[in-house]
Parts: sequence; C-alpha cells; structure tokens
Amino acid sequence: MATNHDHGHGHDHHEEHEQLKVLGFWIFVVTDCVLFGTLFATYAVMMNSFAGGPTGQELFQLPGVIASTFILLTSSFTSGLAVLAMNKGNVKQLIAWLAVTGLLGLSFVVLEVTEFMHLMSEGATMATSGYWSAFYTLVGTHGLHVTLGLFWMTALMMQLKRRGISAVTRRKITNFSLYWHFLDVVWIFLFTVVYLMGVM
Amino acid sequence: MAQHQNHGGHHSHGSMKEYVIGFILSIVLTIIPLVLVMNPILSKTATVISILVMAVLQFVIQLVFFMHIREGEKPRYNVQTLILGLVIVFTIVAGSLWIMLFNKY
Amino acid sequence: MWENIKDFASTFFVTGDPLIYGADVSIVLTIIAILFVLTKYKKWGWLWREWLTTVDHKRIGIMYLIASLLMLFRGGVDALLMRVQLAFPNVEFLHSDHYNAIFTTHGTIMILFMAMPMMFALFNMVVPLQLGARDVAYPFLNALSFWLFMLGAMLFNLSFVIGGSPDAGWLSYPPLSQNEFSPGPGQNFYIWGIQISGIGSLATGINFIVTILKMRAPGMKLSKMPLFSWSVLSSCIMIIFAFPILTVTLALLFLDRFAGAHFFTMDGGGNPMMYLNLIWMWGHPEVYIVVVPAFGIFSEIVATFSRKKIFGYKSMVWAMMIIAVVSFFTWAHHFFTMGTSASVIAFFAISTMIVGIPTGVKVFNWLFTMYRGRISFKQPMLWTIAFIPCFVIGGATGVMLAVAPADYQYHNSYFLVAHFHQVLIGGVVFGYLAGIYYWWPKLFGFKLDEKLGKWGFWFWNIGFYVCFMPQYALGFMGMTRRYYTYGWDRGWADLNLVSTVGAFMMGIGFIFQVWQIAYSIKHGERDTTGDPWNGRTLEWSIPSPAPFYNFAVVPQVKELDDWWETKEAKANGTYKEQPAKLEPIHMPKNSGIPFIMSNFWFLVGFGFTFGWVWMAVIGFIGVFACMWARSFQYDTDYYVPVEEVRRTEASLGRVV
Repeated sequence: MATNHDHGHGHDHHEEHEQLKVLGFWIFVVTDCVLFGTLFATYAVMMNSFAGGPTGQELFQLPGVIASTFILLTSSFTSGLAVLAMNKGNVKQLIAWLAVTGLLGLSFVVLEVTEFMHLMSEGATMATSGYWSAFYTLVGTHGLHVTLGLFWMTALMMQLKRRGISAVTRRKITNFSLYWHFLDVVWIFLFTVVYLMGVM
Repeated sequence: MAQHQNHGGHHSHGSMKEYVIGFILSIVLTIIPLVLVMNPILSKTATVISILVMAVLQFVIQLVFFMHIREGEKPRYNVQTLILGLVIVFTIVAGSLWIMLFNKY
Repeated sequence: MWENIKDFASTFFVTGDPLIYGADVSIVLTIIAILFVLTKYKKWGWLWREWLTTVDHKRIGIMYLIASLLMLFRGGVDALLMRVQLAFPNVEFLHSDHYNAIFTTHGTIMILFMAMPMMFALFNMVVPLQLGARDVAYPFLNALSFWLFMLGAMLFNLSFVIGGSPDAGWLSYPPLSQNEFSPGPGQNFYIWGIQISGIGSLATGINFIVTILKMRAPGMKLSKMPLFSWSVLSSCIMIIFAFPILTVTLALLFLDRFAGAHFFTMDGGGNPMMYLNLIWMWGHPEVYIVVVPAFGIFSEIVATFSRKKIFGYKSMVWAMMIIAVVSFFTWAHHFFTMGTSASVIAFFAISTMIVGIPTGVKVFNWLFTMYRGRISFKQPMLWTIAFIPCFVIGGATGVMLAVAPADYQYHNSYFLVAHFHQVLIGGVVFGYLAGIYYWWPKLFGFKLDEKLGKWGFWFWNIGFYVCFMPQYALGFMGMTRRYYTYGWDRGWADLNLVSTVGAFMMGIGFIFQVWQIAYSIKHGERDTTGDPWNGRTLEWSIPSPAPFYNFAVVPQVKELDDWWETKEAKANGTYKEQPAKLEPIHMPKNSGIPFIMSNFWFLVGFGFTFGWVWMAVIGFIGVFACMWARSFQYDTDYYVPVEEVRRTEASLGRVV
C-alpha cells in the first residue's frame, strides 16, 4: 500500500477533499439553522403561555445577559483573528487566539449556568409553564452547542500542537470558526427575541 | 507558507480590516437595540420591528465580514443552501405563528 | 431478591400474549443460529472486516437493502394481522390495545424503517456509479448513517418483546402520547428509535448532496446528469431541511415526558396542536422525500426499456426541484379539521393542489417517452407501467382530499387510508421494487428470475386493487381509520373481507419475491457484460458486480446518457478510443468507529427509554469518546496501486 507522499497527486486530492468537507459542514450549519428556527417557532408560539407562573419580564436580569452578549461577540471576533493567524502560517498565534476564544466561550457558559440557577431559584423551571419549557430548551440548546464547541476547540488545539498547520488542520479550523460565528449569530436572535422583547 | 500561497485562490481569507469593521458594526448594532428597549422612545411595535431589523443587519454583517460569504468558488452552493434554509426557517416561524395563534384568541 | 427480579422481569419483558412468546422464541433461536454459524465457520473476522467496518457505498447499500426487506416483512405481518382482525365484524383475534400497537408499528416501520432504508439502499447502490465517482463524498459518515439507522431500528423493534410497543399512532400525537395516557416505555422507544435513525438520515442527506454537487465525473455538467441522481438531489434537499424539524419535535415530546415540560400538554400553557403543526412540517416533505427518488427510478427505467431518450429532460428536472421547495408549504392540509382561520385553510388547500402539477407533468413525460418506443416488458418496466395508473388514481384522490370543505368528510376515514396507501405502495414501493430489479445485476452480478418475478408482480398488483379499492368505499360509508372492530349492523362486512383477501394476495406476492431471490442466487441469469439491460448511464459501463473502486479510469462525460452515446458511436465506427492511463486510486480506509459509536447511541436511547439516566450517561460518554478518537485520526485513507487495479480488472475480464 502506497502512502500519500509517493504521488504528485496526493496533495491535490487531499486539498480537494478538504474543500469538500467545508461545503458539507456549511450545509450542516444550515440544517442547524433550521433546528434553531424550529425552536424559535416553538418559543414564539409559547411566548405568552405563562399559565399563571412568573414571566420573563419579572425574572430576567439584563446586565448578565448583556455581558454574555458582548463576551460571545468578542469571542466570535477572536476566532476570526485565529483564522487570520492561521492564514499567516503562525501556529503559536493561532493556538493563542483559540485559547482566548475558548476562555470567552467558557465564561459565556458559566454566565448562562448562573442565570439558569438564578431563574430556577425564583421558581421558573422547565415544568413551570409552556413559556419556561420553551425558554430553557431554546437557550439551553444554544448553550449546549457552545459547550460542545469548547470541547471541539480543545481537541483542535491539541492537534495543532502535534501537527501544525496542514491541509487537514486548516480545514478543521475553518469549519470551527464557521461554527463559532454561527453560534454568535444565533445568540443575536436569542438576545433580541428572548431577552430584549421579553423585558419590553 | 508556500502551501498557503498555492491554494490562496479558493480559500476564504478575510483581512484584519474586515474583521475589525465587522466587530465594530456588530457592537453598534447591539447597542442601538439595547438603548431602544431601555429608553422606549418608539411605540412598542416600532421598537420590535427596529430591533429585529438590527438583528438581521448584524447577521448580514457577520456573514459578510466574518464568514466571508462573498468569497469562494462558483457556483456558490453554500449561498444557495443558506438562502433556501432561511426561506424554510422563515416558513417555520411565520407559518407556525399564523396557524397556531388563531387558536389562542 | 428473587421476588424483585421476578417483579422487574414481568414489567421489563412483554408477557401474556402467545404471539409475543412465539416471537421471543424465534428471536432467541435466530440469534443462537447466527452465533453458531459465525463461530463454526470462523466468520467473525470476516464479518467485522468486510461488513461491520466497511465504508464501501455498495456494501452499505446491500446492508440497507437487507434491513429494509426484513422491515418490509415485519411491517407486512403487522398489516396482515390488522386485516385478519377486520376481516369480519366482531372478531376477537386481537385486543384493542394490541391492535393499537400494531397499527402504530406498522406505520412507523413502513415509512421510517422500510421506505427510508430502501431508498438509502438505492442511493448507495446507484448514485456514485451513475456519477462516475469512486465513493460518496464522506464514506465514513455514510457508514455512520447506516449504523445509526440500524441501531435505531433495532431499538424500535425491541419494544415488541421488551417494555411494550408504542401505541399512539404512527406520528404519536399528544395528548395520547404523553405520560398520562402512555405511561410505559413504548412511547420512549418510539422517540429514541426514530431520533437515532433520524440523525443518520440527516447525515445521508448532506452526504449525497455534496456527492452530487462535487463528485461528478469530469464533463458531467448538472445539465447532463442522469435523472435518478437529480431525484436524489431533490430528495436530499428535503431531507436536510425537514429532518431537523423532526429532531426538535421528538426532543420536545421527550422533554414533556421526561422533564415535565409543557410543550404539548393540556395544562401549563402547553398546546397539543403545536405538535401536529411541527410534526407535519417534517411529515409532509417526508412523503415527498420517499416518492421523488421513485420518480427518478421510473425515468431511468422508462428510457432504458423504451430505447429512447427521456422525453422532457429539463421539465423533469424542474418538476423535481419545484417539488423539493413547494412540499414545504403544504403541511397544514394534514389538520384542516383542527380549526384555524379560513385564510390558512385556503392557502394550504391551494398549495396542495399546486404541488400536484409537477407530478402530473412527469406522468406525461413518461408516457411520451414510451410513445413509439420499442418497449420491452422486463420486470423493472412492468412495475413502472403498473405504477402509472396506480399513482394517478392516488394523486387524484389526494386532490380530492385537498379540497378543504370536502376534507371534513374524508378526514381520518378509510378514504384517506386508501389514498395514502395508493401513493405510498403504488408510488414508493412499486418504484423501489422496480429500482431493485433494475440495479440488482449491477450489485450482485445476476438477474432476478423473470418467471417467479412475474408471479410476484401480478399477485402484488391485483392484490393491491382488491385490498384498497374497497377501502375508498368504506371511507364513504363512514368507517374511520383505527377502528379495531365493528358490528354487523354497519354494513361494512363484505368490503372488509374483500380488502383482507387483497392484503393476503400482496403477502403471497412478497413470498414469491423472497423465493425469487433465493432461486436466482443459484439459478439466476449471470451478467457477464456489465450491461444486462442495454443501459444508458455510466453504471452500466463497468463490470457487474462493480469492483470496490468502481471505475478503474474515471470516465470523461460528453453527453446526457453518455454510455448509450458511447455504444452508438462504437456501432457507427465514430468512436475514438481514448488512451486510458491507470493511476493509483485514492480510497478511504475501513473504520470500526461508526459501528461502535452507534452502539453507544443505542445505549443512550435504551437508557432514556427506561429512565435509567446512568446508562444514557455512559452512552453519551461513549459517543463523545468515539468522536474524540475520530478527530485525532489522520491516517484515514490509502492508495490502491496501479498493479492491483490492473489485476482486478483482468480478473473481471477487462483489459485496461
């Protein structure tokens, strides 16, 4: 069995193949859009289903949410800087920016967990009413995506350390940054529809 | 490095300038709705519409400046998928509201 | 201690029904037999290397095919049990709750675990070959899709002997499917079985879209792509947008049951109608997902067996792409009677009628292709010709149902049952069977016996009309679906008996087909040319069965129906032999991760089904570990050296 390096074609095939995976990942992200769209639709239909329980307006604490919003926005920006570092071929800088992105993401998750704990202590749980079921599911699904992203990012940093920038790691970072930007976009709508419209 | 230049043609790259512009615009588009909601100067409907418009604008800005949607090889299957996906998302949200809210009132 | 175990076993295993004990015994015997054969003939390594870890699309297609035929058998037995129960008034063959479980599993299995995998079987068997590609875009993901489907299907089927079957209808409408009315694990089996296989379906959708858009042989512009591949593209577009909706809907139902959420409950601000709204946003595209590939199959077969280019290629493509989009705008016609504003009903009635138009266009295209063609009535063509009138009637009754005011009369009656069976059997099943007969030689190297096949064909066809035509009338006579029994005074007895006879005729047809396969393995006509039907598209240019790398040399495509044109040119003497240069072939390596990861998903599903969170957690950790391990694998493919390609081709009788 020959190895990849024996052939002039080896590299082209590889590069083409990696490009293919970026398109596939993009399509996956679009399907994830539909997933969030369905959750948004559910939330919108349940918007006033408080069933006599607490409302969002009573319980939301905007300062924490605003902080989360800017943290996630900044992390989206820093993940872009990581891609720039990659394009310059600078592994160290790339890993550093990923680490910054990861820390911001982590603080976002911590803030969200704190918020959920606060809400639950105020008597708004999944089982309280249709509204809160929809709220936790929509916001929680986003939080879960961010958490998974953190693990993914960790795996990528380890691989970059070991293997440097290659066609494969380049594709992985490209996909990851796409995913991360996408999560920020979802959050923009969450922030607007759930929190801003919730406190109005 | 050499590798990078070889394939520069079909990578979406972006530049520092692009990312900074995108970042600043995003911040602005986050602050405006915040102000609108904190200090209600518009009617409720007008506020809702304008903050939704800001959200959509910010989405477009991130698409252009962060995700480099304008670059990439043709045909732009990614853009086509995205547009169709957004049509479906719109259908799901608007359709659900249209169908379901009748029962509520 | 002993008491505890007995207590547990009596709720864990389904007891008290002779049918189920029979199933228990046969399952145990089958498992023992399989284990015995594998061990005796030392086939464990073979099983692992050649099948469980394979990423070859042809083998994955074969596994999908076997699984779907087994599921067709199970769903068919369910159908026959129901027909026995309804054959006469006041029959006491099945209890009402048993009957409920059977119509539920019949519907779910036939759509999700029979039609879907049979469709994926055809995707896998045909698309890469038709495009001139070596494999799909993501072979690893393809294997993962299969195993997710398989383990999801197994989880669902397990409910028959462990814990109890779901019995809230094939779409599990709340409030019936909520804890209050379906307290047992059956409903959880339903949710997780579908959820797990649904993830696989979504991945397949993405996989084939990229394959079709990016892996076509050089020269094959989209405008020269065979129609079956177009139909797969259309179907996959619907898959990627519809399946996330299903995932969310089932997840929300699960949260209602598991975490006390109030999405679809009667209290706490929940709304059961929201479930209908969501599930049909997936459900309506779903029926187009399964039927559009059948349209693609018919297009290939009609052209091949009429020896003509397909009539109206462009309009076919447009029709399929329009269906892919418009099918997302018709979902509310499944619940016209729920009560919503007149404008909603008007919109969805009209959109439903509009979606019928492109289908009508296609029927005319097929007819015009046959017009003045030299038609040969081989098995694939027989099924195609049988499909056309059947589907036209099914479509016409569909338009009747779309007339919203009239729908208040037909809704949930046997008229509806007859309608959707007519489009699903007449369209999907006939289509897939036609496709299987057509491409069988390519996969296995021999044809399926014509004579036995014709027996099967006629039993299926006559049986179909005998079974379902009476049901239209029964619908008008007031029989609603899901009745488990009825009295003599209703006047439904004669027609129900006729319908049951028809169902058994279809069952006999299926037996003929099984016999046909078994017979043909030994005695079927061998395909030595690779082109048994005088085909038109690229898959017929390579040997049967296809070598594992498909094409020794990637073909250069110039025309639509390129292989046909090549043959014509050769016959005219205008064909210019191009010097073929063999190159090392880039192939993916096998991997055990898809199989292992899917088993962990099974653990997740099984754990949640019984509320054993610890087991689900173990499952999730396993899934996560598999993904982590895969992420760190870099050595995932290899090159087949030229010498090996030359040797393989020579052994298949081809000189390159």
